[in-house]
Amino acid sequence: MRVGGMKVRRSADRTTCTRLLCVVTVALSLAASACQREERRFREVPPSATPGSLVNVSGGFVPGPPQSEVVARTPYLDNAWAVSEGESLYNQMNCVGCHFHGGGGIGPPLMDREWIYGSQPENIYQTIEEGRPNGMPAWGARLSSDQIWKITAYVMSMSGQLKKDIAPGRQDHMQGKKQEQGTEVKPPVPYGGQPPSTVFP
Amino acid sequence: MSQPRPRPAASRASRGRRAAAAALACALLPGCVGTSRQTGLNPNGPQAESIFNLWTFYWVTATAVFVAVMAALALALLRARRRGAVDTSEAGEGRARRWVLGATGVTLAILVVSLVASYLTGRAYAITPEAGRPLQISVIGHQWWWEAQYSDSVHSRSLTTANEIHIPVGRTVVLKMTSTDVIHSFWVPNLAGKKDLIPGYGTTMWLRADRAGVYRGQCAEFCGMQHANMSFLVIADPPGEFARWYEGQLADAMPPADTSASTGKNVFMNHGCVLCHTIRGTDAGSRVGPDLTHVASRRTLAAATIPNNRGWLGGWVMDPQGIKPGTRMPPNDMRADELQALLTYLQSLR
Repeated sequence: MRVGGMKVRRSADRTTCTRLLCVVTVALSLAASACQREERRFREVPPSATPGSLVNVSGGFVPGPPQSEVVARTPYLDNAWAVSEGESLYNQMNCVGCHFHGGGGIGPPLMDREWIYGSQPENIYQTIEEGRPNGMPAWGARLSSDQIWKITAYVMSMSGQLKKDIAPGRQDHMQGKKQEQGTEVKPPVPYGGQPPSTVFP
Repeated sequence: MSQPRPRPAASRASRGRRAAAAALACALLPGCVGTSRQTGLNPNGPQAESIFNLWTFYWVTATAVFVAVMAALALALLRARRRGAVDTSEAGEGRARRWVLGATGVTLAILVVSLVASYLTGRAYAITPEAGRPLQISVIGHQWWWEAQYSDSVHSRSLTTANEIHIPVGRTVVLKMTSTDVIHSFWVPNLAGKKDLIPGYGTTMWLRADRAGVYRGQCAEFCGMQHANMSFLVIADPPGEFARWYEGQLADAMPPADTSASTGKNVFMNHGCVLCHTIRGTDAGSRVGPDLTHVASRRTLAAATIPNNRGWLGGWVMDPQGIKPGTRMPPNDMRADELQALLTYLQSLR
């Protein structure tokens, strides 16, 4: 009898254990599926089946009242990997050459949110795709739409419009947002705060 | 988890068969060494030779020590069984002490000899031979391919190529290496050991091929998604052949010979290709991706991942993410006739 009782208790223990294991497994798999920050989707555009841009790009002067803009949000704004891909495209495609790292120079700065042609993601997309007067070239013929969306996501990170854990935070160059680490930028002080007599004796 | 099923006791016949298979595998192992392309056990240059010698020395020593220890253990067990009780007499203790001291001394001696051998190998490895004018090549690591720049004092005789490094047999080659993104490591086991390529910092190594041949190398420092497919070929040519190859690579790309190729050139210039690749002698001059001036002369594509033929090239242009997921090359969208013309053009770039 005693032996039988122990057996029953042990099997009950085992059932509890199995149940606990199940719960942990389910919780872990749920946690893993929720991890979209780093999700990497490589074959975004199936070969030779580009659906075309999601944005209603304007085709010159169109008669009639102004058409409503298509609002297209891109999942890349919530994906750190896509933003970093956008950053390398930004450098490789030589956006740096005119806009620098967002500070502007030949082209307008990108660190603020007040933009000539709109600062919504779809405006930025359209600017890259079609180009703008006075120097911004059109990239639509050569970059695929997912590449342009990635650049858009990176450009938006410059003005701090993306979530903090998505935007790249460890660059060496000047940034519009607060540095993730490093010393605070201080206003310049003449001679570094030393009296001129000690600098030029 | 289900409990492991008890394994049926191996019958004597099957045990014998397994032993025979193991013996066969041991016998065949040295046979592989001669034929496989990428191995440190088939050295073809002084660097790989010195590493191989050190390896052989360690291997032989370790095997001898292992055999000696096992023999001593077997002997001790047999003698203990024969004699029975442990010898605790004064004389027995003394003998045991002498054995332990002797074994410790031998171990120490082997360790010191190993240390000296390792040090001498490292020294021989690090010093670039003074004799002769070395060929200097800059190797730049990219995610996930290799750029090779041959520098010459006359600037117009410098050239850039990718993923296939030709070197002349018998001449010392000095590699100046750096990286543009993350740390990579240059490793051609048949010719030399590993050396890291570090962004923003130059490293140097040298190697020499004593026999002509094609030696495969690969990145030996984890560098991201396609680390495993970041390979390259070092091709050691006899000096005459190397000079011919060099002259061929120096030339600008051939102009398109027929209408199909010239359509292909237009496709190249009007699609994304031109944003990243250089074809010398045309308007394409970007340095993001590999130089394609003589792409058809190379044996492989995509950093020695796929063979260089029309089919693979077409697949690579249209769907690189299917071949190397994560690679920087984007999928290209073009019509079938455009693709065929582009392939004709690219294949004419010999």
